[in-house]
Amino acid sequence: MTNILSAQALAKNYGDFQAVKGVSFTIQEGEIFSLLGPNGAGKTTTISMLSTLYIPTSGDAIIAGYSITKRPMGVRNVIGVVPQDLALYEDLSAKENLVFWGQMYGLNGKALSARVDEVLEQIGLADKAKNKVKTYSGGMKRRVNIGVGLLHKPKLLFMDEPTVGIDPQSRRAILDTVKALNQQGMTVLYTTHYMEEAAELSNRVGIIDHGELIALGTQKELTKQVGETETLILHVGKNEDPSVLIATLKNLPNVIDASVIDHEISVITPSAKDILADAIGAANERGVKIHSIDIREPNLEAVFLHLTGRALRD
Amino acid sequence: MLKTILIGFKDVKLVFRDRAALILMLAAPFLVTVGMALVTGRFSGNNNSGALNIPIAIVNLDNDSIGNALVEVFNSPELADLVEPANSSTAEAARALVDEDKLAAAIIIPAGFTQSVIPQNGNIGVNAQIEFYANPARPTSAGIIKAVLDQFLTRLDEMQISGVVSITQLIASGKITPQEANQAGAELGKRLENNATNFESATAIKIKTSTAAGETNDFDPLAFFAPSMALMFLMYTVSYGGRSILAEKAEGTLPRLLVTPTTSAQILGGKVFGIFLTGAAQMFILIGATTLLFQLHWGDPLGVIFLVFAAVFGATGWGLFITALARTPAQVGSLGSALMLIFAVISGSFFQIANMPPFMQRLSQITPNAWALNGFETLALGGTLAALTTPIAALLTMGLILFLISAALFGKKNLMQK
Repeated sequence: MTNILSAQALAKNYGDFQAVKGVSFTIQEGEIFSLLGPNGAGKTTTISMLSTLYIPTSGDAIIAGYSITKRPMGVRNVIGVVPQDLALYEDLSAKENLVFWGQMYGLNGKALSARVDEVLEQIGLADKAKNKVKTYSGGMKRRVNIGVGLLHKPKLLFMDEPTVGIDPQSRRAILDTVKALNQQGMTVLYTTHYMEEAAELSNRVGIIDHGELIALGTQKELTKQVGETETLILHVGKNEDPSVLIATLKNLPNVIDASVIDHEISVITPSAKDILADAIGAANERGVKIHSIDIREPNLEAVFLHLTGRALRD
Repeated sequence: MLKTILIGFKDVKLVFRDRAALILMLAAPFLVTVGMALVTGRFSGNNNSGALNIPIAIVNLDNDSIGNALVEVFNSPELADLVEPANSSTAEAARALVDEDKLAAAIIIPAGFTQSVIPQNGNIGVNAQIEFYANPARPTSAGIIKAVLDQFLTRLDEMQISGVVSITQLIASGKITPQEANQAGAELGKRLENNATNFESATAIKIKTSTAAGETNDFDPLAFFAPSMALMFLMYTVSYGGRSILAEKAEGTLPRLLVTPTTSAQILGGKVFGIFLTGAAQMFILIGATTLLFQLHWGDPLGVIFLVFAAVFGATGWGLFITALARTPAQVGSLGSALMLIFAVISGSFFQIANMPPFMQRLSQITPNAWALNGFETLALGGTLAALTTPIAALLTMGLILFLISAALFGKKNLMQK
């Protein structure tokens, strides 16, 4: 497969602050590549540089043969962008928005009209196309936001956290849309801080933290980095203080690490079932009431925890 | 170019879908104009437009019946709120006061004027003409005085002609002999004098003036308030348009535009075009509405069109300038509202600019309102496009300079690309 995107030591500074610290990666034609990282990791800045909105402080990227620094207009013709926040004219209808944005991508006449109708069908809003966007639900607005990025059939679609702040049903619809687009041959660069989304969608994942790409590979390759471990999740009550249990859990035999987020204790271990009884015993001793228990196979969350010592949601 | 136009039209569409903006752009200036006109009696038949007290000097070198009658006209109770006449002994002194901008105009009635109009004892005097010495810095005030004077003289002409025709017909019909013509003429002259001094019959309620083409125009308070208010609210419109540049940035549509194959120049050009189109649409709608609903005569249509475009261009420059200075859409809104009111006050939209201190009069020249108002007054008083060279040139220059400064400021602020 050929690379549609090749980023080389891409960096962006704001004064003394380094938002992105020289990231390098490639995206192959036809794949879904996810940039996974917590808020503030540098995902949006990276995507903004790749989409030519921000000028990199150093480094470059080649997209479909065009340099983002030397041939930005060439890049803009082959990419589609779905920004994190809605970027629509709310006083225009969905159709009027699509027509306007299509014109900005150089479409016109019958080709534009046909493509707008096609996209409206694709995002499931053909019957409400003439309603003003401001009358739509959050999920419908998100779908229009995605539709705008698809109008000119881009070779590479950038989607910057497109599911932030929406209901589960709309989220599911968006994930299905991404998969469908990919099946039609579209290459997608998807940023998210939801491990599940990256796991479900991606052929390959780049994990980004504090502006650095700290891991890159398929999900299988990445989980291998944390070894053959499992995660035992102990859910405690809202009135409990799980932190008192962490030190005890860490001292148990066969426990690699233990951490707490909100009311959820994660214990990384080679075998969750072998430590289950000890963990519950320790909780009882400390007076921490456990509501439920999960055992998770190695995943991207564990990889991030392993690499940074923090959870993705920290 | 096409994308620039498309962005401009999109902005116009958005503005015309914003009810709050429409109220301030169209309803507010229209209602304020109507309100001002009601206050000044535009709809009650009383056309007294408030106490203007235009300072003038009358030099009566005639000291005869018609000269005295003209002095009486300007001192009549009907014009008490409009004119503040002062008698001056010499023409030179009166002209000097006009030159010093202390008077709006001087009327110099030459010696023998009455005799040149009414033959006395069979002697027809030399052709004497009244001199109207106008202050170019006070075109409206001078125009009003000239209108009153014109009407007096037009009435005088009518009477003189009718007198000559009457005497000729009396001789032709044999009612009087040619020898009796002098006596009959003298009697008619007496009646003419009486009529000329009767201001109620010499002037209609409306002040009228004659154009070079011989057409008659009304000086209507609406002709002053309608452009004043339209121009004041034009400043709102351009600041609203400027605000939309920063609002698009905040709402994410500007960054989204920047990642389409559209250049920064096309985008900025489109936004400017949108502001210009919206402003022009606002002005033409208000002009159309006042013309249709109140039969307001704005003057030479070609002059109105060019002046509107020039005024909107100048105002757009200011809209861009405050946008370039501001950091947020809210700041543009605040600056725009402040500018709208300040410009309206110093440009003479509420008070006669001639009644302001000289430094305020000079300051008013930085406002598009003052130049455009000057142009609209010229048109309302019968001027044509040819008479608008100065205000149009001033407005275009103002717009161009402000656009260049704003473009430089936008560049410095990296509005388009980070």
